[in-house]
Amino acid sequence: MNCIIIDDEATARAIITQLCSNVDGLNILEEFPNAIQAIKYLNQNDVDLIFLDIHMPDFTGFDFIETIKNPPKIILTTSDSNFAIQAFEYDCIVDYLVKPITSERFAKAIQKAESVASTPKKAKKSSDEVATTSGNDLYVNIDRRLIKIDIPSIYLVEAKGDYILIKTEDKNYTVHSTLKKIEEKLPDSLFLKIHRSYIINVDKIIDIEDNSVLIKKDVVPVSRSNRPELMKRLNLL
Amino acid sequence: MEQPNLSYIESMSGGDKAFEQKLITIIKKEFPEEKQVYYHNINAKNYKEAAENVHKLKHKISILGLVKSYEVAADYEHNLLEKSTAGKDDFESILQNMTEFLETL
Repeated sequence: MNCIIIDDEATARAIITQLCSNVDGLNILEEFPNAIQAIKYLNQNDVDLIFLDIHMPDFTGFDFIETIKNPPKIILTTSDSNFAIQAFEYDCIVDYLVKPITSERFAKAIQKAESVASTPKKAKKSSDEVATTSGNDLYVNIDRRLIKIDIPSIYLVEAKGDYILIKTEDKNYTVHSTLKKIEEKLPDSLFLKIHRSYIINVDKIIDIEDNSVLIKKDVVPVSRSNRPELMKRLNLL
Repeated sequence: MEQPNLSYIESMSGGDKAFEQKLITIIKKEFPEEKQVYYHNINAKNYKEAAENVHKLKHKISILGLVKSYEVAADYEHNLLEKSTAGKDDFESILQNMTEFLETL
């Protein structure tokens, strides 16, 4: 596999280069101290695998992924495990290595990258795929912990500025995320956005009155533009 | 205080002394530069930037086998993002500890 390394830290680049030298079939083409230089290189060269640091000044690893059109396989390298949940949003990311990287963990990441080699690539997962690959669970990042939520137990998601409030039958969770992001993760068969600030679980509706829905004990507004879609989803007599 | 060591570097070099020396040379060049940028930002009360500097320095802390110090740095980084300098003295002691160790190499 032809690889490049993107990391603003020379020490990190030297370590990854050394780790690669111990693996047959890995060919380091180039290393870059910033993502901008790498984008120019990718436009002119075929690369199979990128070792990408997340935490770089000005242009982060995630900015880089969002910028390139058909990303090759990517192994994220970072000193911070807090980005793991965000990394799961991208199919091109095959693994996530927390620094300092050990030889054993590096070898596992390469095995993963090789096993992905034969499967078709997609930049981003669709919500259906998420539902399939993670079953009925959704993981949310709260205070540096990944907390599992049973998707069917969610009855309401409300946007609150930079956060979303996820309400389930047992507990409520406040998560630093957007309604758009969670909407992509929830199955369309169960969930519907009925207002710019609300997504509901259609199965949990108790009643509908004019421009509002009663769901559990919450009265949720339905916007005029979303009302037709809501009515379509109901099994009306 | 926890003492820096070369265990990690030796574990991944596989006995390649040339690589060990190369990596030490890079660290000896890069560490003072990162440290200088950190001091500049913390003295200017640029807490977000200082947190980013601490984040980067954490990698070198871990490379030098400083497990407990890494946790101290992680907490300090978090505090800086909250615009608090709690943990500053402990973190700067770690930097001094590393500086003295690197001078012996």
